[in-house]
Amino acid sequence: MNQHLILRVVSKLLIPLIVVFGLYVQFHGDFGPGGGFQAGVIVAVAVILYALIFGIDEAQRAVPPSVARYGAAAGVLLYAAVGLATLVLPFAGEAANFLDYDALHPDQGHHTGQHYGILLVELGVLITVASVMLAIFYAFAGRVPDIPDEEW
Amino acid sequence: MSGADLTQFLDYTLIAMLLAVAFAIVRLRNLFAVVMLTGVYSLLSAAWFVSLDAVDVAFTEAAVGAGISTVLMLGAMLLTAREAEPAGAGRHWVALAVVTVAGIALFFAIPDLPVYGDPNAPANAYVGAAYLERTPNEISIPNVVTAVLASYRGYDTFGETVVIFTAALGVILLLGFGNGRRHKAKTDETSDQEDQA
Repeated sequence: MNQHLILRVVSKLLIPLIVVFGLYVQFHGDFGPGGGFQAGVIVAVAVILYALIFGIDEAQRAVPPSVARYGAAAGVLLYAAVGLATLVLPFAGEAANFLDYDALHPDQGHHTGQHYGILLVELGVLITVASVMLAIFYAFAGRVPDIPDEEW
Repeated sequence: MSGADLTQFLDYTLIAMLLAVAFAIVRLRNLFAVVMLTGVYSLLSAAWFVSLDAVDVAFTEAAVGAGISTVLMLGAMLLTAREAEPAGAGRHWVALAVVTVAGIALFFAIPDLPVYGDPNAPANAYVGAAYLERTPNEISIPNVVTAVLASYRGYDTFGETVVIFTAALGVILLLGFGNGRRHKAKTDETSDQEDQA
């Protein structure tokens, strides 16, 4: 891919913007369309684009496969941890239900606990989805040589 | 129909383009073009979902269907051939009969479908209306879709996250982790044979 100068320059410009857009989709999910699933895919796409242009070896040096491996589990665990926290934390004198985010914060008037809960849960989804997409891509792309130049 | 919604013509155009792309996918034998056209198909569906005001679904379709799926299909295509085998030229009368009967049944069901955007439609009336009413008081975030997805139906979304995790687990168990090929070339032949066994 060394001779594809335009692709390299354009993708280098685009990749940071793609990641920033993914974070916007993630943290703006309460107010507009978007959320953890879409944001996770967008973040993964940034790394995949890097892998397509600069080669899978470069991408695996930037984001090692172990990151994807641990991330996939960490997101699910974060989600479950939020649920366990709502079980453990006292809520109005008694235990709340699994994933009842009102228990996360005492301010019931503004539903701060709901905001925290949704943010943390969506973060877990983001980590899992981004890691899983990357892991699947690595699993496929690691088995074949990079796309030959004549096929671009 | 003087006050007819002009966006319906946009819908017709998008559906016609979807049909055209679908026929092209069926007819083509070059798998690279087929993969690209499935991405085009997803993007057209996403545009159609936007026209139907389902922006969250459209977003997911554009990101997952047109983005990730196309890349993964390309990766899968690189593992196989570039051209599909030409299908046999025989007449598939049974398939034609099944398609015809199913198509007639679908057209027969069209009058029973609720009108688009009907507030009394079963999908909008009971639980949907309750979520719309309760979200400002109970969750107080503007996007009801996120409120339903992450809070009211948080348990289901947890299940979905586990499903995605399981999908990765399955792919990794089947294909390895992608760092096998390059290390395999450097190590001795015995590990290579163990991998294939």
